[in-house]
Amino acid sequence: MGEFKVHRIRFFNHMPSAIRVMAFNSHTERLVVARADGAVEIFNFADNYYQEKVIPGRDGKAVEALCWVGRRLFSAGLDGEITEYDLENLRPRNSMEAYGGPIWTISSNSQGTLLAAGCEDGTVKMFEVLEDRIQFQRNLSRQKGRIISLSWHPTGSQIAAGMLDMIKIFDAETGHATHRLLVERGLQRTSNSQEVVVWSVAFLSDHTIISGDSAGKVQIWDGITGTLVRTHLLTKWDVLVLAVSPDESSVIAGTSEGTVVQFQFISSTVDQQDKQWVRTRTFKSHSHDVRALVHTDTAVVSGGVDTQLVVRPLLDKVEKNTQESAMRKIIFPHRNLVSCAKKAGLLLFQFSDHLELWRLGESDGNGKPGDRLPVKRNPEKLIQLKRKGEDNICCSALSPCGGWLAYATVSSVRLYRLQLDNNISINKVSKLPKELNSVHQLSFSSDSSKLFASSILSSVIVASVKELECKYLHTFKPPSDSRQPVHLLSPSEDGNWLATANTGGEIHVFDVHKLKLHCSVPVCGSCPTAVSIHPFSCSLVSVHADQQIFEFSLKQKEFTAWSRKLQKQGMHPLWLQRDAPITRVTFNPNNPTHILLHDTSMFCIVDQILPLPEEKTRFYNQSVLQSLSLGERLRNSHAFKVYRNFQNLLCVDLMEDHSLVVVERPLLDIVSQLPAPVQQKKFAT
Amino acid sequence: MAALCEGYTLCGLVPAQNRLCSGLRGIEEERDSDHVIVTESTRCATLYKVSDQKPLSSWTVKQGQSLTSSAVFNTKTSEYVAVSDNKVIRIWKEEDILLDKAFKATVSADVWMVHCPRGGEPVVLFQRGDVRLLDSLLAAPHQPVQEVLAQEESIRWSTSIVTEMQQMVIFTTELKGDHFLCLQRLNPNSLQRYHLEREEPGLSPLSFSTSYRDKHICLLYLYPNGHVYESLISVRGSGAGEGSEALSLPRSLILSLPVGDDLLEAAAAVVLDDAHVAVVGVPHPCAGPGKDFLCIWNTNFQTLQAGKEMAGKLYGQLWSYSNKLFIPHGKTLSVIPFACPKSCLASALGKLKQARAEDSRPPALVPSWNNILHGEKHQPPKTAEIRKTVSWITDEDMCLLQTASAEEVKKEVEGLLTRQDVQDLQLSLGQLAVTLVSRSLAEPAFYTPSTLQQLVHTQCLCHSICPDLVALALEKKDYFLCQLCLQFFPDIPEVITCACLKAFISLPDADAERLSLEPDGVSFMQILISREHDQVGLQNGFTSTSCEDEDAGSGQQRRRKDEENARNPPEPVCPVGVHKAALINEVLQAAYSDTFLLPHLKDLSSQHVILFLQYLQFLYQQYSLEAFPQKHSFRSPSQNQVSWIGFACCWMLKAYCRTFTDLLIESSSCVQVKLFLQLGKIESSLQQINEMKVKEDVGAYSIEVIELF
Repeated sequence: MGEFKVHRIRFFNHMPSAIRVMAFNSHTERLVVARADGAVEIFNFADNYYQEKVIPGRDGKAVEALCWVGRRLFSAGLDGEITEYDLENLRPRNSMEAYGGPIWTISSNSQGTLLAAGCEDGTVKMFEVLEDRIQFQRNLSRQKGRIISLSWHPTGSQIAAGMLDMIKIFDAETGHATHRLLVERGLQRTSNSQEVVVWSVAFLSDHTIISGDSAGKVQIWDGITGTLVRTHLLTKWDVLVLAVSPDESSVIAGTSEGTVVQFQFISSTVDQQDKQWVRTRTFKSHSHDVRALVHTDTAVVSGGVDTQLVVRPLLDKVEKNTQESAMRKIIFPHRNLVSCAKKAGLLLFQFSDHLELWRLGESDGNGKPGDRLPVKRNPEKLIQLKRKGEDNICCSALSPCGGWLAYATVSSVRLYRLQLDNNISINKVSKLPKELNSVHQLSFSSDSSKLFASSILSSVIVASVKELECKYLHTFKPPSDSRQPVHLLSPSEDGNWLATANTGGEIHVFDVHKLKLHCSVPVCGSCPTAVSIHPFSCSLVSVHADQQIFEFSLKQKEFTAWSRKLQKQGMHPLWLQRDAPITRVTFNPNNPTHILLHDTSMFCIVDQILPLPEEKTRFYNQSVLQSLSLGERLRNSHAFKVYRNFQNLLCVDLMEDHSLVVVERPLLDIVSQLPAPVQQKKFAT
Repeated sequence: MAALCEGYTLCGLVPAQNRLCSGLRGIEEERDSDHVIVTESTRCATLYKVSDQKPLSSWTVKQGQSLTSSAVFNTKTSEYVAVSDNKVIRIWKEEDILLDKAFKATVSADVWMVHCPRGGEPVVLFQRGDVRLLDSLLAAPHQPVQEVLAQEESIRWSTSIVTEMQQMVIFTTELKGDHFLCLQRLNPNSLQRYHLEREEPGLSPLSFSTSYRDKHICLLYLYPNGHVYESLISVRGSGAGEGSEALSLPRSLILSLPVGDDLLEAAAAVVLDDAHVAVVGVPHPCAGPGKDFLCIWNTNFQTLQAGKEMAGKLYGQLWSYSNKLFIPHGKTLSVIPFACPKSCLASALGKLKQARAEDSRPPALVPSWNNILHGEKHQPPKTAEIRKTVSWITDEDMCLLQTASAEEVKKEVEGLLTRQDVQDLQLSLGQLAVTLVSRSLAEPAFYTPSTLQQLVHTQCLCHSICPDLVALALEKKDYFLCQLCLQFFPDIPEVITCACLKAFISLPDADAERLSLEPDGVSFMQILISREHDQVGLQNGFTSTSCEDEDAGSGQQRRRKDEENARNPPEPVCPVGVHKAALINEVLQAAYSDTFLLPHLKDLSSQHVILFLQYLQFLYQQYSLEAFPQKHSFRSPSQNQVSWIGFACCWMLKAYCRTFTDLLIESSSCVQVKLFLQLGKIESSLQQINEMKVKEDVGAYSIEVIELF
């Protein structure tokens, strides 16, 4: 019954890009992460750290600094431009040249009226934040040497700038430098002549300035007198980044050794008077440089060259032994990078700059569970398609028949006709309808005759594809006035329906034949991470970032009895404790009651016939069941059959021949592609 | 297994011109284990911090003078004491830079050595044998000193130790080829002289070493022929013998080191602990005739535990302070840290057993009565004695054992066993058993279970003597003999223990119940299980035979049991039969070492492991009930033993399947606590598991079949 032939694939060389910088918006609880390839990702910390939006980068666009101004997001980079992002349509809204050479840092004042940018030419440029754009206001007095880091005093009256060998404090009103704090050169480095780079500064309300520099020091300064209060030597290498907690009682510093060191403002004795900055904790969550840090109320969020985003709750701020206190590592994107052509046995791997099309291998005959079958034909890379232009690929799709391939960048969509029978050929469909210009999700209908593309203003464009021709058919508009981007597109197997989900949490089902909205699923608080329509029962299964599963009948337009039962009983605690979202829902045509789900660490078959696991039931029971007799097994099994032998999953899908395709990306393979970490002396070597 | 760690150089040496002498007079421990003061035989004493390999300060006497006694450190006053030019006592502190400006006092006679043991006071030993406390000596430096030794007698070696009661100075002397040990007690003073038995003519001890344990001074000395003797001297010995004739000092040969063709010249043996001796200047048994080795021998098992070749010439000098050996060799003084963990026989016999020839089983540790019985008569060589005892079994006997029928052999062995005149039972019985076992292995029809059982029952055999015995018993399915061996052999290797476990677990219960086993173990299990099945029987006053022995406390136990029954806890069911359980208990109590057992436990099949775990779980639950009569049988496994092996299994299982861990965790809270205690120990084996996992890497692509239940 539950026996599967599994194509276990480890040749998808997906390589996440290094995290360069992060910024946290505490009002919306959104974390924005910029990666080395220029991609900007937005995580919703209020919704189980779900990665709800991704804006792909482009060649030559390295984001060096990020800044939230209210709900608006600005970035700046070494290309010398300040860019504002359109978070609804997932693309840069406008860019403005600052004319100061490469920009190292931007920072907004707490009122959100001014944006300061630190430039290579030694100027701090002030921009006024207007409704729809930013406007250059003036330069602060120009300095020698680049401005590496900036920090506003919370009142907005002063601004501290980290430079080479010094920190300058400017009066924001007059634009004059009021203090010059000289930073000592390396204490340990052999060459004393090397300049020390102040990688990060923090300006606190009590006029304390904290700096982290390339000599491995964290220094506490008195910003009023301009004197050095204290020096903490953290490392022989660089202190790359600092972050201050919202209440300014704690500061964290990230180093090149991969450690994050916490300093707290506490009194050394019982009496409350003489508080000082004391080094308290050291976290080692990374193997490489920590380039980006965020200090939320309860957690330390760090990222760096080893590409992992780590959320480490501070145990004095959260309740212990709750889900909140667990450390999280986010390594893989929360969206699908693999498309499967179910009928043709093809896989499409999406990289940021190219696509790979593979044909699955074949094996002889059958085997017992646990066997590894001899591979008769090895998998074969059919096509490697390099993207055109400078923009990175944001989405891609492969038609179920294997005859069509489409991908989109921020600026364009490309559609190709594939011939894979004898001699492989690929033909670009030259004329695409002009509606297909800004797309962030693509999908083909199950009969490969239609292409669905989510577009601006939460709309979905339907186009027909036939014989090297692509014709615009219709645009599905959301019934609500939501403008959040559609991040999930799921055409039904029978070709009648299209389910869409947007990051506002809305799920709509459209009738593809009548080209109109069929129904909307009641919005629940959490963002859907995967949706799919059952091929026979016409019910929609949605899984959300809070790990809840719903089943909505499209005929009755209500939640099904099973779904209500599931909600009434509640999910098993162990299911809720998983920290990766379900990224794909598929069905097994052989067993209509089976729902296949997967996240990065497991895949699961939910059998709707079997009883739901109660809170005391052993949830992960596969190995127990294995040892039982058939009768016992039936009595002890529950609806969630979780298989955990495959790890770091990027895709689990069921092909038409009922074999499973499992794409794994072992962490070791990722680690082996990282640059070498800084040399650390171990013992007496 | 003792081990020598990677050494490091403390300082360079300036050996004497003829290169016979290292140029070191002595090394003494300073304020703590990390500081030593090294005295050169010329003019200089240097204080070193050992871990830094760095001299802290150095003191030199004037040109023309020389230090004649190694400098010692008086921890009470933080002063250094040394003797220059035999008669001048010098005392200085660390801050003194020039020795000549420090305190000095000239005494009336030549000083042999100043000693200052830890916790004791400095004492001065004069060359003529008199001993004075330094304080009293300095009160009147010119006081007359006694001639304790005879005219031509001279001191060879000396030391000082502090016991619970008093401080004493021990020194050895030589007089016309005879060696004496003098034990000088201080406060009240008394001198005891012992005469060391003569070794072969012309041989005098190369080195001495003392240790103090259990109210006895243990003197260890090495002869050039490689024999290491040990003599025990009670510190409480009567003072009556003072001045009278020297007593003879009984000795026992604890090691007979391989020396090759010629005698040792520069060698030393130092006691490390009660089972280990460090030896320098003796050839390594596995390497050629070169003598440049530092070795650690286990004296209990006569095995070489660790060896290290030292570069350059060895001078027969060796010091040991707090797990570090100080050894001058060539032109350097090296520090070699060592570790001597307590070893079980199996591990001690492990690595270097093959280095020793078969016939060098430890000679019997019989104190020599020769002197008492025959006066000064020379002792016959040991080897001859061994040969004599071996010949106890005549050639005819051996021939009979080889050919006769089982019945006759049985009679013959019984006859031999009844003989009273046997001197070295262990060896001869071993020979007997080896003969029988090898014949049984060669001839499948021949097997004498009762005879072998009898032999094992003598408790003179061990696995090392007759290595095939347990394997034979397993092959013949003679589980009673297996049980006896597990009980009486202290040195069964873990692989065989595991083989027994496997055999026991896979034995069907029905077959097991038909076995006749050692009654004590069985009755223990019967009680355990009858408590479970038949509570009433116990309450009615039924006690098994072994329970009757326990008069004290049993009433109380029963009362507690009644309370327990009143609460009526859910009773677990023993997953195996009584006999099978008794057999498994024997395995649980066998001597094993965790590192060696773990690899073999992996060989158990998962069904067996589950059964085994269930049984362990049952034992746990029984043990965790308070009313359980913990001590009622000698053959009941201790809770620790159960727990340990449980974890071993538990972790082995983790390799296969995680849920078994849950199974065990759910079983009792006691397990959980222990689980965390054991985590550290098992870490290394976990790593092994991880390595195994990596090996089954699937490559970039594979097609597998999985099943979901």
